[in-house]
Amino acid sequence: MSLSPVEGAALAEIESSDQEPDEKKRLVGRSPGQLVWARLRRDRTAMVSGVVLALFILAAVAAPLIQRLYGVSPNQQFGDLLDATGMPLGYVGGVSGDHWFGLEPGLGRDIFIRMIYGIRTSLLIALGAALVTTTIGVVLGIVAGFLGGVVDSVISWITDVALALPFLIFALAVVPTFSLRFYGPRDAVPTWFAVTTLIVVFAAFGWTGTARLVRGQVVSLREREFVEAARASGAGLGHMLFRQLLPNIWAPILVAFSLAVPSYVTGEAALSFLGVGLPESVPSFGRMIYRSIDYLQTDPAYVFFPGITIFALVLAFNLFGDALRDALDPKSSR
Amino acid sequence: MGRSEAVPSGEPDRPEVPEQRSGDGPYLQVRELRVRFDTEDGVVRAVDGVSFAVERGRTLGIVGESGSGKSVTSLAILGLHNAKRTTISGEISVGGRQLVGLREEEIRRLRGRDMAMIFQDPLSALHPYYSVGRQIAEAYRVHHPRAGRREARSRAVDMLGRVGIPQPAKRFDQYPHEFSGGMRQRAMIAMALVNDPDLLIADEPTTALDVTVQAQILDLLADLQEEFRSAIILITHDLGVVSQVADDVLVMYAGRAVEHGSVERVLRAPQHPYTWGLLSSVPSLHGDADADLVPIPGNPPSLINLPSGCAFHPRCRWADVNGDRSRIEVPELREAGQAGHLVACHLSAADRERIYRDEVAQVGVAR
Amino acid sequence: MSAETEPLLSVRGLTKHFPVRQGLRARGAVRAVDGLDFDVRPGETLGLVGESGCGKTTTGRMLVRLLEPTSGSITFAGRDITHGGRRELRGLRQDLQIIFQDPYASLNPRHTVGRIVAMPLQVNRITPPGGVKKRVQELLELVGLNPEHYNRYPHEFSGGQRQRIGIARALALKPKLIVADEPVSALDVSIQAQVINLLRDLQRDLDLAFVFIAHDLAVIRHFCHRVAVMYLGTIVEIGDRDTIYTRPQHPYTRALLSAIPDVTTLGPAGRIRLTGDVPTPLNPPSGCRFRTRCWKATDHCATEEPALTTRDDGGQLTACHYPESGPVGMPTGEPVEVSK
Repeated sequence: MSLSPVEGAALAEIESSDQEPDEKKRLVGRSPGQLVWARLRRDRTAMVSGVVLALFILAAVAAPLIQRLYGVSPNQQFGDLLDATGMPLGYVGGVSGDHWFGLEPGLGRDIFIRMIYGIRTSLLIALGAALVTTTIGVVLGIVAGFLGGVVDSVISWITDVALALPFLIFALAVVPTFSLRFYGPRDAVPTWFAVTTLIVVFAAFGWTGTARLVRGQVVSLREREFVEAARASGAGLGHMLFRQLLPNIWAPILVAFSLAVPSYVTGEAALSFLGVGLPESVPSFGRMIYRSIDYLQTDPAYVFFPGITIFALVLAFNLFGDALRDALDPKSSR
Repeated sequence: MGRSEAVPSGEPDRPEVPEQRSGDGPYLQVRELRVRFDTEDGVVRAVDGVSFAVERGRTLGIVGESGSGKSVTSLAILGLHNAKRTTISGEISVGGRQLVGLREEEIRRLRGRDMAMIFQDPLSALHPYYSVGRQIAEAYRVHHPRAGRREARSRAVDMLGRVGIPQPAKRFDQYPHEFSGGMRQRAMIAMALVNDPDLLIADEPTTALDVTVQAQILDLLADLQEEFRSAIILITHDLGVVSQVADDVLVMYAGRAVEHGSVERVLRAPQHPYTWGLLSSVPSLHGDADADLVPIPGNPPSLINLPSGCAFHPRCRWADVNGDRSRIEVPELREAGQAGHLVACHLSAADRERIYRDEVAQVGVAR
Repeated sequence: MSAETEPLLSVRGLTKHFPVRQGLRARGAVRAVDGLDFDVRPGETLGLVGESGCGKTTTGRMLVRLLEPTSGSITFAGRDITHGGRRELRGLRQDLQIIFQDPYASLNPRHTVGRIVAMPLQVNRITPPGGVKKRVQELLELVGLNPEHYNRYPHEFSGGQRQRIGIARALALKPKLIVADEPVSALDVSIQAQVINLLRDLQRDLDLAFVFIAHDLAVIRHFCHRVAVMYLGTIVEIGDRDTIYTRPQHPYTRALLSAIPDVTTLGPAGRIRLTGDVPTPLNPPSGCRFRTRCWKATDHCATEEPALTTRDDGGQLTACHYPESGPVGMPTGEPVEVSK
């Protein structure tokens, strides 16, 4: 008997008793949001990953500006800087003052500017997909959790079905079919269509986690007396769901969102790698890594730059998501 | 309790611990106990220099509000604090053994055998997946490793019967959810007593119970004490409960003892303004029901940011009697009126007597 | 009867059964509340007292229509409100409010105090003269809080202050009747008296009617004009405060009064000890529900449920075949479970 029930209860008790003063401290006029911000500010991991994220987002937003300053466009080819076999001239894959991360073997396009645009595509798809999945998940979860009964059973059943479908096989089958349905096999698929298809595919599968999370939170909150107080005052369903409950589940939603984004970044890369993602003309991480695999031995720099960037992006998002979780709920960790 | 250190408070090493060694003195002796927690927002002085003693066969009632340090005191005695974030200093001696600074394993061996605890909420203190009887038997076998299953079982059934659970042999195999609130608390008590502990700490043992069941449990505790001659610490916010079962009372406020003495003295001739406040703010079954209660103004203080001087001064109606003294100087616990009756207040004995007679007794206590 | 004594709230045969299911089949019902009759007059305070499981909280929730009654009727200010929908109840909600027990769970932690107190105004789309903010600040002042604290969050307040915020919220719509569900039992002793005094002042100044639910007879005594003692979903005794506390007739009321530890007496208090716990409301005893713990119970008690009527010329209504008489203290009649 490693821990008798008595001791367990006692430990739980002392945990709560030394948490108590946190609540008691008078932090005059500070909203819960401001407290979270204060905690984030003190967390070094959060600050570093936050700054990295901000730089990525800035680069994505300012890509055309960077292109103008840099003076190279993403689809511009520099055949004269390649040797006869198509390998870039110079060291480390052709790194030079004009081409910071070198050139692609074969087509001779500039890797740096393609990566800047790759970040833009990745973040656009990932943020878009995360936004859509979170919205669907929150609405379904909050409705299922609050109304319960038949509505809850139906929504939960749909959630289970969606979870049971194998994502990758589904995506591999659906995405090309989808494109073929609207465009011929020889037509160029427009970028917006490819991007939307990806977001829809992610959204169709990604909402389940958020829905379950939100449903659980709402179930534990709906019997709370502040909800009953609103009901006793004659509040309608909308008021109770979105004014009373939603502000209390922002924290887990935000965390789920910030952890969903990096999974869609890698998801997009994976699908593009498998050839069902974006068309060749759109700069994307998945495409770049897919193409670079052939040159792993001859031009390792081509793999290295996009690889390290996507790694940094995903890591920064995950670290920030974790830090956010700690800041939102300081009792969860430690 | 890895990091708990025996920091001598104030004076260098205390060489005098004379009478307790023999075992004739108080079974539990606590001296200058200090418990500190490090939290995100600062250091919490949950207990700040509390001393008391409990003899075998006697009951000490510790009274206070939430945040007064009453529960933390008991958990520190049992070594059930979070060692990582807690610093304990002072002396706790149980049956002549010094506990502060002892290794976790050694305290564990004492816990359950020499001292045991009863919690407020038996449902969360009992494990839902094991039968009640098995948990009691298990608690017995922890300290009697040579006892066989059968022996432990018969001991547990015996204990269940002694705490007034009908059909104990049948009840042995039932689970906590099959017990009613009162029965669960009886089972908790059976588990606490299964190893014949000499010290029993009951933390709000009846707060979660109905009044008619509370009366049963308090009677049970009194009967068991007579039988086992254990020392009992009863922690409660309810002065009514204290008046029924305690021999001595310790009133705590903001981590310090403000009044300490026999139950007759503390409840009949209270000396501290906080005790006065507690007594006159409790609604009673006697006296004028239409008269307003006399509450203590204000709120309990934050333990991170205690008021200067006497921690009670912002809520005390007589804080100004001695000028600024209550705001500046922390009052010491001193003898008041009668031997063994201690109070920590700057008011002079004469002032206290006059105020109590003319202002307090009129409205509250003497109702 | 004159118009003055016309009841504000009138409850008849109020019942709430919670079905217990095992899988899809019903396995019976928890008879949480089983046929209550009582009236509350304007400006009157009625105390509902009893132990856990007696149905007092369920009753309070049915009164403010947080729970749907199984049967019986609730009439408020002359209107039957037993089964009204949200729209029909809209006007009524303003007159009937609730104060909750737990000052931590009853305030939305993400809303400012101003928003919490203004919520009833907001959901009923009421703009008071002078604006919402002014009204909220008046309410905060009324319950003894600093109106400047309008923009603070609940976590910055202590338990007693939070309970005051909950009271201000209940007062926002100027109700005629407030259901207070254990409003002080979660508070520290020194704070309880503050809140009781506040509620008493508000009751007098605003001429509010209260249904005050509590397990503590001493608290009820300091607040209520009339008292109803509940046991296992029924009222066993109801009457004026002084009658109930000085000359209770039901054995259960006596036992309850006797069990309360009182500071004014040292040593084991009371002489009546009930044995056992309250039986489960899933399967309450036949006849008189208290008979399993009663020292006067006979076979008659097991077969016939006693009606709530005047007995032995007492001023109260009592549901007991063998009512006690005389002042509170030693029980009379049959053998007594006596200790010490």
